[in-house]
Amino acid sequence: MNAERPDPDQLLARVERDQAKAKRGRLKIFFGAAAGVGKTFAMLLAARERRNENLDVMIGIVETHGRKETAALVEGLEILPPRKIDYKGTVLHEFDLDAALKRRPAIILVDELAHSNAPGCRHPKRWQDIHELLDAGIDVYTALNVQHLESLNDDIGQISGIRVWETVPDTVFEQADEVELVDLPPDELLLRLKEGKVYLPQQAKEAVNHFFRKGNLIALRELSLRQTANRVDAQMLDYREDNAIREVWQVSDRILVCIGANDLAERLVRAGKRLANSLHAEWIVAYVETPELERMPAIKRDGILRILRLAEQLGAETVTLSAPEMSEALIDFSRERNINKIVIGKPSRRGWRRWLMGSVVDVLISHAHNINIYLLGSPQLPDRNDLQSELSLFKKSPLPGLKQRIQSKTKKRYSGYFWATAVTVLSTAVDHLIFGHLELANLVMVYLLGVVFVATRFGRGPSVLASVLGVGFFDFLFVEPYYSFSVSHSQYLITLLAMLIVGIVVSNLMINVRSQAKVASHRERRAAALYSMSKELSSSQSEEDAVGIAVKHLHAEFSSPNVVLFPNNNDRIVFPNQPALAQSFRGADLSVAQWVFDHNEIAGQGTNTLPGSEAIYFPIHNEDKVLGVLALLPINLRRVFLPEQQKLLDTFLGQIGQAVARIRFSEQIRSTQMQMEAERLRNSLLSAISHDLRTPLATIIGSASAIAQDNGELNALDRLALGQGIVDEAERMANLVNNILDMARLEAGVLELNKQWYPLEEIIGTVLTTLQKQLSNRPIKVKLPKGIPMIWGDSVMIEQVLINLLENAVRYTPQGSELEIIAEIHPSSAEITVADHGQGIPKGQEQQLFEKFYQTRHETAQSGVGLGLAICRAIVEIHGGNIYARNRAEGGAEFVFSLPLEQAPPTVEPEE
Amino acid sequence: MAKTDPMIIVIEDDPSIRRFLRTSLSTHGFNVFDTDTGKQGIIELGVRKPDLLILDLGLPDMDGVDVIKAIRAWSAVPIIILSARNSEQQKIEALDIGADDYLTKPFGFGELLARIRVALRHSVRSQDHSQNDVFITENLRVDLINRVVSLDNQEIRLTPIQYRLLTMLVKNAGKVLTHQQILNEVWGPSFKENAHYLRIYMSQLRQKIEANPTQPKILLTESGVGYRLKV
Repeated sequence: MNAERPDPDQLLARVERDQAKAKRGRLKIFFGAAAGVGKTFAMLLAARERRNENLDVMIGIVETHGRKETAALVEGLEILPPRKIDYKGTVLHEFDLDAALKRRPAIILVDELAHSNAPGCRHPKRWQDIHELLDAGIDVYTALNVQHLESLNDDIGQISGIRVWETVPDTVFEQADEVELVDLPPDELLLRLKEGKVYLPQQAKEAVNHFFRKGNLIALRELSLRQTANRVDAQMLDYREDNAIREVWQVSDRILVCIGANDLAERLVRAGKRLANSLHAEWIVAYVETPELERMPAIKRDGILRILRLAEQLGAETVTLSAPEMSEALIDFSRERNINKIVIGKPSRRGWRRWLMGSVVDVLISHAHNINIYLLGSPQLPDRNDLQSELSLFKKSPLPGLKQRIQSKTKKRYSGYFWATAVTVLSTAVDHLIFGHLELANLVMVYLLGVVFVATRFGRGPSVLASVLGVGFFDFLFVEPYYSFSVSHSQYLITLLAMLIVGIVVSNLMINVRSQAKVASHRERRAAALYSMSKELSSSQSEEDAVGIAVKHLHAEFSSPNVVLFPNNNDRIVFPNQPALAQSFRGADLSVAQWVFDHNEIAGQGTNTLPGSEAIYFPIHNEDKVLGVLALLPINLRRVFLPEQQKLLDTFLGQIGQAVARIRFSEQIRSTQMQMEAERLRNSLLSAISHDLRTPLATIIGSASAIAQDNGELNALDRLALGQGIVDEAERMANLVNNILDMARLEAGVLELNKQWYPLEEIIGTVLTTLQKQLSNRPIKVKLPKGIPMIWGDSVMIEQVLINLLENAVRYTPQGSELEIIAEIHPSSAEITVADHGQGIPKGQEQQLFEKFYQTRHETAQSGVGLGLAICRAIVEIHGGNIYARNRAEGGAEFVFSLPLEQAPPTVEPEE
Repeated sequence: MAKTDPMIIVIEDDPSIRRFLRTSLSTHGFNVFDTDTGKQGIIELGVRKPDLLILDLGLPDMDGVDVIKAIRAWSAVPIIILSARNSEQQKIEALDIGADDYLTKPFGFGELLARIRVALRHSVRSQDHSQNDVFITENLRVDLINRVVSLDNQEIRLTPIQYRLLTMLVKNAGKVLTHQQILNEVWGPSFKENAHYLRIYMSQLRQKIEANPTQPKILLTESGVGYRLKV
């Protein structure tokens, strides 16, 4: 029963696919075996039908090649003016993608799916233009010949002897919503060709004639029919999936394609693709970097990069494995990933060498029992140059720095041979000294020592030289007959052979060890780079910080200046506000960045979109949301495009995306918290105002109305008492309002401190004068340092602090109890204490006291709003000081605040 | 009596404050005219030639400071300004260009009366060109002719600057003096930036004159604005 039910994950994927499809435009491909079968004609016919259905149909670009019947069909249809591109003096007419996107017809005709755009267009290939049209929700009609299909390209090249270099990834074909096969029997096609109804490019007439042989045409027709049939098959499978008809449910296959740095690599990739397609399997292309392969010239290694890139384009996952032995790495990887099919080239070693040294294939066969292995033989390929031009990526490499590197390597190698000679000569000299005193075998040991030394330091070549030279010298000088290379005893031959083998084995071992160490150190460096960046990123507090860290680390790791760009509020990518760093890439192309941001796809050099731009643009995203764009100017191509580096870059980008998202998220939380705090304050303020303003108002209005409505009942004394009540309450209200306003001003941060030097005495004097009335029945003790102690600050504000502290003390201590003001001046700060003899502060509330709207006792007649101490704290803090409260040992509370003295207090010269 | 009643013009845009000033000042024997704009106020001033002007600094039609400037161009009438809290800079500006005193809203009526009396007294004195030769307040006696300062009839010694400072305050007794005004008069215009000089000397003076310098009775501080000698 269970098996009957479709897998929910698959169903979900299906629904998502359908949804994405519904939004996207529909792609219809008119598919044919060869030029001249009438694809364009069929396409135009279909377009006219759609137009007759009153759909908004237009021609994006269609080549009629001067055929009358076709031209007649074009008439009456709206045609998009082509984009004219001046390329090396000739004007090329290209499809105008931007105009089409702007015009937004319901259906657009774009002929020649495999067409390559002229340099300067957004995408190098037309199918990419079409991709964008579909993304924009526009339906597209296009035409394609079977020979342009990527995976068939190779086979057809072999059948027909002609390779086309304009190819279309199979995925485009597979993902088309409709494929209409335009079929014409070969005989009819040949007839049309004879009648001149088939357009042939002038320059290749002969080759094309060769192409239009009947045998070829039959093969091509078969291929195109088979492709279409495959599609129908796939549709059938889809249908089955949908309807839970799954008795033939396959265990999903996983194919591993192993490539090496040889000509076979590309064919292996294509074969893998075909196999994966026919089996509906996942496929992975692996390249094992063994120490041996690491020693290959850079140009060959760059070739591998190209192949891996091609594989990615064909839909494969790519990995670069690093191990001493290819077979071992492949077996481990296969186990890890559940690979059940391996595609690999036929062993290149033949005969005795294969027998002696084994081959990867033999090891695989003997170790991987449950894996099917497919071997691909090396063919006689037509022309390698064609292939090279097809892989247009990285045309610019090898890199400028490369030549130099090779030269310096060569130099090192020559110096190795020099040292090999020198060491042998030295060994000979030593042997010469001990010759006659010791057995000949020991002389050999000295040479062997030399060979081992050379092998460890300079590698195989020099060690072989050292062995040969050593054997030569030994034979010539120390073995009878002397001064001749003839050997009397055959046993010395074994000596020679042993020396040679030891030299080679040791040097091979050393080389392996060294390159393993190199690989390990590379890996370690990458891990370290990643670790150090993520560590720094995780502690970054602001977006600017994170970006700065990212730019620095990206530069350090990829040796390329780069810049992180973010969109403004309108989702337009803009240049950053903060100043550029030394590692920053200046002059990023915002329009490319914008495209990347909008499409969440990589663009720029070495990619499929706008490959003409000098930099590469990567989207930075977290989960599904694109946050920004990284523009990187690849100075060092190898550091950027090596698969491991690409993966590292991906990880870097992920980390950056995460960091930025985290920072934004925490900022969001912070602002939410601030809003909540503001909300809380507003509530407190409202309750404070409703209580603390209404109470005095009640008295004022009551008393004032009593006076206003007096008909002579009130005597003078009553009136005086009422008046005094009004004054007192009004003053209390004024105080409250002042406090609220002060707090608002302090919080708005608009205050400009008027900091000056003030004698403490004067400040305290002003405060005590202001509070004369409240303090009338209070003994005040003031303890100041001797002389004229000065403090640095805004006098009005500091007075406010003291006033609030004293008022607070008066409010919360019994009438008549003494208050103290104590000041101490330290070299860099002044400390002022207001102490009382009251009940002290309730335990644990020492900090809360300074919160806004905080009161120890609620709603008492004497209460204020609870702003006094909050104002004190705010004032002291903007002065750079601090304030705290505590209970005194002898009873009562004390409030202490300190103010920093930013410089030495001024003095005046005495006059007397 | 009506003829000699001092005349006061009030320029204030708030009607309640105008009404309160008119009512309370009239009952205390002043002849009060009020207006709500600076322009009208200046005209009234020219027509009525009052003994004193009460001016609100925050007027709807023009800046109070500009009103003072316009008036000071041709009249020496004492001006008391009314200003909001936390506007020390505005007060100082007004005082420096010729206002005589200030009151911060909200203020008590008693305070206002005291300020009016001081201002009127100074204005009378400057018209007389006569100076009191001996000034006495609390236990302090300053003999300006003989340059003798005594406290509780005990002569005290002052340095030349302390003496100059004290005499300036004495000559303007009861009036607020800004830091700038004092620095300019006692030290000269080049000392304008050295307000701490003034404060240190004021402290020295207090330690010589006041019984308790932290609770001054004579040399009062006008926070953020300047000093005032109590009368």
